Amino acid sequence: MINKIVQSIAEALSGIKDGSTVLIGGFGSVGQPDALIEGLIEQGAKDLVAVLNNAGVGRVGVARLMELGRVRKIVCSFPRSSDPVVFETLYRAGKIELEIVPQGTLAERIRAGGAGIPAFFTPTAAGTLLGQGKEVREFNGRPHVLETAIKGDVALIEAWEADRWGNLVYRGSGANFNPVMATAAELTVAQVQHIRELGELHPHMIGTPGVYVDRVVQVDRGAPWV
Amino acid sequence: MQPFTREQMARKAADDIPEGWCVNLGIGIPTMVANQVPPEREVIFQSENGVIGMGPAPAKGEEDPWLINAGKQPITLVKGAAFVGHADSFAMIRGGHIDLCVLGAFEVAENGDLANWATSVNDTAPAVGGAMDLAAGAKRLWVLMEHTTKDGRPKIVERCSYPLTGLRCVNRVYTNLAVLDVVPGQGFVVREMAPGVDFETLQARSGARLHRPS
Repeated sequence: MINKIVQSIAEALSGIKDGSTVLIGGFGSVGQPDALIEGLIEQGAKDLVAVLNNAGVGRVGVARLMELGRVRKIVCSFPRSSDPVVFETLYRAGKIELEIVPQGTLAERIRAGGAGIPAFFTPTAAGTLLGQGKEVREFNGRPHVLETAIKGDVALIEAWEADRWGNLVYRGSGANFNPVMATAAELTVAQVQHIRELGELHPHMIGTPGVYVDRVVQVDRGAPWV
Repeated sequence: MQPFTREQMARKAADDIPEGWCVNLGIGIPTMVANQVPPEREVIFQSENGVIGMGPAPAKGEEDPWLINAGKQPITLVKGAAFVGHADSFAMIRGGHIDLCVLGAFEVAENGDLANWATSVNDTAPAVGGAMDLAAGAKRLWVLMEHTTKDGRPKIVERCSYPLTGLRCVNRVYTNLAVLDVVPGQGFVVREMAPGVDFETLQARSGARLHRPS
């Protein structure tokens, strides 16, 4: 019997090695796997490369992980937030490496990573600072830059509900980076608010087929913000 | 001089959006455009985080925490709304399926180059978000911005001095002083001026040659 449900966050995150590339879902706080991030802080893995859209707010979650010196590099599109104090301090002190990637390119690099496409050309950033140093080729009379796939050792995902096969259903705009990240890591761990019986999740509702998911842990996360 | 207010600028842009267009609004002044489109004209507002069919802002206390826009503000949905993940959202953007995107800017050049993601002040970390994908993929790009900076520096320029977001991508600019079309081969063509603004004044506050409509 396939059963991807684990009983604790510690179990969900066991085995994550130092130096891992960690894909973290979420757009702002919506869809962000807060409990798994806290669990990663507990778990202790360091020298991490974090791939995510934003760079944390205040001193909690990903910001805390960075403040503790556990993140060597972040790959993201928008490190600004209402309170990006941790990231900016580390960045100005040269204590964290930053790779800025246009948001669509970030999503597509991760998609490619999960889809077996090692590299692709995109018109985004051609002729700009973020296209510099990259191979450029013309298609249909327009320059395109070569971008490579991103694959993670671990993906930390947040979803609304799951079943024991790891099928995931998302809520509202909480899907965002989660579906694509779920496909692109060796170990995909999802925190969900509800576990349903196999068969309860209708096929047309499933945002991520369980094939991509390795471990599911139930967490009463509640609303992403109040 | 009676410069246009932000609401008026947003209203002008909204008036130019026909029913049926799929429109992406950038953070800042552009988000005001949605509220200026009359509700009976069905315009589909797409948000880069995967919402197609964004509705007006919710009443205070009625926010659904799972519904936010690109600026992380709460939104509602209209009937007919759909959700997609991020890769699909940006495939929609990059693949030319967005009829219009409305963005803010630091500078717009007469060849349509756009600079709106970084200034030369390198004090905080760079951040780009979805702007470059929108500049590369949207069928049309309109800018909503003040005509000059607070210190009176023109934002309508011959060449952008700030890092570029996209090349030759801007089609129209709505400022507090005027509405300008960007015409390939010609440059800025003045469509409309705010009350009390004459052509010479407008030209004096611009850093590129302005053309009168033919």
